[in-house]
Amino acid sequence: METFDIIFYLFALITVGSACIVVFSKNIVYAAFSLLFTFFGVAGLYVLLQADFLAVTQVLVYVGGILTLLLFGVMLTNKVISVDMKTGTLHAVPAMILAAVVFGSLAGLFYATWSGVTAPASSIISTARPIGEMLMTGYALPFEVASVILLVAMIGAAFMARRPKKL
Amino acid sequence: MLTEFGRVFLFILIGIVFVAIGLVVAWLLRPHRPYPSKRTTYECGETPVGDTRMRFNVRFYVIALIFIVFDVEVVFLFPWALVYLSLGWFAFFEMIAFLTILFAGYAYVWRKGDLEWDRPAPRIPRYERGVGVREARLTEDEIAV
Amino acid sequence: MSVPLPYYLGLSAVLFAIGVIGVLTRRNVIVVFMSIELMLNSVNLTLVAYSSFLGDVSGQALVFFVMAVAAAEAAVGLALVIALFRNKQTVNIDQINILKW
Repeated sequence: METFDIIFYLFALITVGSACIVVFSKNIVYAAFSLLFTFFGVAGLYVLLQADFLAVTQVLVYVGGILTLLLFGVMLTNKVISVDMKTGTLHAVPAMILAAVVFGSLAGLFYATWSGVTAPASSIISTARPIGEMLMTGYALPFEVASVILLVAMIGAAFMARRPKKL
Repeated sequence: MLTEFGRVFLFILIGIVFVAIGLVVAWLLRPHRPYPSKRTTYECGETPVGDTRMRFNVRFYVIALIFIVFDVEVVFLFPWALVYLSLGWFAFFEMIAFLTILFAGYAYVWRKGDLEWDRPAPRIPRYERGVGVREARLTEDEIAV
Repeated sequence: MSVPLPYYLGLSAVLFAIGVIGVLTRRNVIVVFMSIELMLNSVNLTLVAYSSFLGDVSGQALVFFVMAVAAAEAAVGLALVIALFRNKQTVNIDQINILKW
């Protein structure tokens, strides 16, 4: 299965490379658009992991929803007169050290836990139906709570973003 | 041995290659004679005015917000639609409760008038003493957030 | 499925570390948001990788809820950013240092 390896490395490269552009790019619009490629790369990795329905959901929610919202945020918060889309960085060195610590501890944690899982499990055909059964039975309460979260987010965000009435 | 998503991947790959070949061949064949007015942004033949990075009206954000909430709702509807026949009335009422809660939010934004789009009053250009036309322009306050 | 699990886990650890760097170093609030989304994506990737290799779909159900919460978080967070920008005319976090005005 050489082709799967190549596709994995391709998607991994797309994901990590565009994530680096998101973080290190000075131009916020470039950052937003390379976030698109990160999301697509992760969706491709989901497909490789046989989570087909989640891959579609990833594109639908992250690319179609959250990225659009982020771009609206970019467009709503720049100054009309002096176009200042470039932003700087601060505390680079401590952040690198902390990120290295986080990465090390995550890698250590994964190394401690993955040992039991070497052989891939039997392949799951179409994950949408088992997810649906799980949502409707075992995860019924979180499912309803998710709707409450969305309701609260919608009301709160609409309240805050609304243009205040002229005093 | 191609899986379903293998076909999608192949489709994307062929799409990229197709566009790349077209662009590269055009780049090799076309003459390169730029001049300033050729390099301006095409804006329906008009001379472009202002900057690309203009600020949007905040109403667009509220619309996008409602969109994303119902986007997530649709994502939850899909797996439900696959299983609700086998799970019976319980799953049906679960989804009814889910939708009722979300539509309460929709009713809120509707009631508060976030969906209403009050247009700026049209300013008809007036002739003043027959000398010239006063231009109809939005003031800074109308463009701003 | 020929790629072993540690590769996916390492990738998501790298993604998470990149997100941490973004949150700590960038000054623009919206870029900080994007970095948070990166971290959420890396956590989702870990969940999906484990769920796929253990043959248990409940990890993927969890990713569903993470996505719903991420959507809610992005909506509220950006509304906060917009309200902040309206009042302070800036989105740089080093210029926002008071909680009340």
